[in-house]
Formats: sequence, structure tokens, C-alpha cells
Amino acid sequence: MSVVLENLRPRTFGVLLLPALSLIALPASSTEIPTAQKQSDYESMSPQTRAIQDDDNVNPGMFWVLDGEERWGRKDGSSNLSCADCHTSESMRGVAARYPSFEVESQRPIDLQERINICRSRRQNATPFRYESKELLALSAFVAYQSRGLPIQITIDERLNPFFDAGRALFEARQGQLNVSCAQCHDDNWGKRMAGNIIPQTQPTGYPLYRLEWQELGSLQRRLRNCLFGMRAETYPYGAIEYIELELYMAWRANGLKIETPAVRP
Amino acid sequence: MARALINVPRKARRGEIVEIKTLVSHPMETGYRRDNIGNPIPRDIISRFVCMYNGTEVFRADLFPAVAANPFLSFFTVATESGTLEFQWTDDQDNTQTASASIEVE
Repeated sequence: MSVVLENLRPRTFGVLLLPALSLIALPASSTEIPTAQKQSDYESMSPQTRAIQDDDNVNPGMFWVLDGEERWGRKDGSSNLSCADCHTSESMRGVAARYPSFEVESQRPIDLQERINICRSRRQNATPFRYESKELLALSAFVAYQSRGLPIQITIDERLNPFFDAGRALFEARQGQLNVSCAQCHDDNWGKRMAGNIIPQTQPTGYPLYRLEWQELGSLQRRLRNCLFGMRAETYPYGAIEYIELELYMAWRANGLKIETPAVRP
Repeated sequence: MARALINVPRKARRGEIVEIKTLVSHPMETGYRRDNIGNPIPRDIISRFVCMYNGTEVFRADLFPAVAANPFLSFFTVATESGTLEFQWTDDQDNTQTASASIEVE
């Protein structure tokens, strides 16, 4: 018995080693996607999944948008103010295209979800919403929906520079037990297949979005956690500055692409 | 957040075959999953859907745990007369969600 096993071992080992070697052989430095080749991840979806996103009567993300519209007008907190008491929903047009954006008081960039929670705690005097809560996703979806069709426009100024650089470094750094970076897949090998799926460019154009795998709406931070988990890297806690830095770099990388919220992705 | 989105053509010719699309928000919890401490999550699904056209049943569906969250159903019917289409979803606890849409037949 043990002899048989001994004979098998070297062969099995060789088979296991081959895929590992091909990973190591990937080029170490990655190249950014040229502007002309940038595309929404909508382009790499099946016609069936596109059809779900295209029709607002079929897109389940619209439930969150409608819920957000209702919450927009609902008074809350000890100030007894609703979002609508200060802002018109029309004034939110274009806002999502500029986020993450620099927040003077905390001296760092914040994303749209944080903006909503800051408004909530400072203006409404209410408790901030939990990350991935229905309330926060619904309001984020409603606000981002106002910018649907507008191009993402992120300008990196001096204040944002260090966070932007950190985001880019994080995007290009090998992480986790698989020792891969975001850029190796999404900059260098987008459009090719991995385990039968097309590797997307990973442009954050439709967040918060309805993912068929989740069967609900989720934020970009939730998606980034999925990716980190897939790389067998450690996830950061929700709201961590690392996510904001990544979101900032990814939004800049998607400059010019149109907002699709609420997008549908497989 | 129980809501429904309905798509029925506003106008149709008599005898025309029209497509009706319905989407309802529901978690469709299968009953087979467990939470993070191992307790089973109780089943909570829509089990029956009925569409009535001016009081006559034109479409019915039984739903099972394998149906995705926020079930989308589309079906066809013949536009016979002007009136209303009424939709009703019933879940395991016998809670119902209703919606209606009108159609004008020329």
C-alpha cells in the first residue's frame, strides 16, 4: 500500500506545481487600460443579464431606488428634518459622478455612503446607518440614480493625491495567499476568461448594484471584500480608509464612463 | 419594502396577444440556509401567484424554494376587453401583496 502511494506522490506533485508556476510567470508590472479601450462591465455581460438591467420594470435594483425616494422625504432624527427639506432630488444630479470626494472636516476623502451618514449625524441628528443596511443602500441608490447617464468625473487635487497614490498602490500590490493584485486581472488580462467567466475591467459605474449572486443590492465595499476574499487576502472592516482609497483610484480609472445605477451584474 | 413593478401595455387591439411582466420584491428565503451561528433561517417564500383579468383567472403559478429572490414572471394573454388586470402574490404565512393595472382594448 505504502509503495503504491510513494510511486504516486511525485506525479501528483508535478501536476499541482504547473498551475502555480504559470501564475508566477505573469508580468509583475501592470499597464493601465488606454482610454479608448475603457468600457463598462456591462459590455462583458450576457444578453440575458443586460436585459434585466435595461428595463426598469425588470431591474430589481429599482426596488431600492423607489425605497430610497420614499426615505428621501421622510423626516428623521432629533432635528426632525428629511433630506428633501434641504436638497431637491434634482440637485443630486451629477453628485455620484464626483464621489469619492474630499471632506474638509475629517481631512480625507469619503464615498457617497459616508456623505449620507455624515448628513444624517450632523444635520438630522440621527444615528448613522449601518453599512450594507437597506436604508443606506436605498438612499445611496436613489442619489446615484439621479446621475444615471452622466460621465464619471474625478479630478485628483493636492489634497486627494496621497490617498489616490495609496489606492493605486493597493490596486497594484500582490495580496493574499494567491499572491495576486487587482491589476494583474483587471488591467492586464481583462476580456480573457477565468474559470469560464469573462474577467471584467472592474469599472465602478453602477454602484450600489444588484448582483445576481447576492440576490440583493450591495455596495462597492461589499464587492471589494468579495474580491479580497477570493484572493485569500484579509478583508478590511467596512468603512476602512483602504476601501475609500481603492474606490477613489477606481473611480478616477473609470473617468468618462457613464453612471448606470442601479446596475445589474452576474 | 414589499413592492411590485408591473408592465402591461396601455392600449391593445382586440384579440391581440399581449405580454405582461411582473416583478415583486421578496427575499424568497429557501429554508435550507443557516445563519452565522448555525441556526436554520426559516423558510419564507411566495408560494402562489394569480393574475385575474376582469375577474377571470388568466394565469396562475406555484413557486418553490429554488426561485430567486425578487421573482420576475412574464406571461401572455389575449386582450379581449378593456378593464383591469389584478395580480396577487401569496406567501407561506398567507400574507398577500396585490397590484393592478388597466388596459384599453380598441
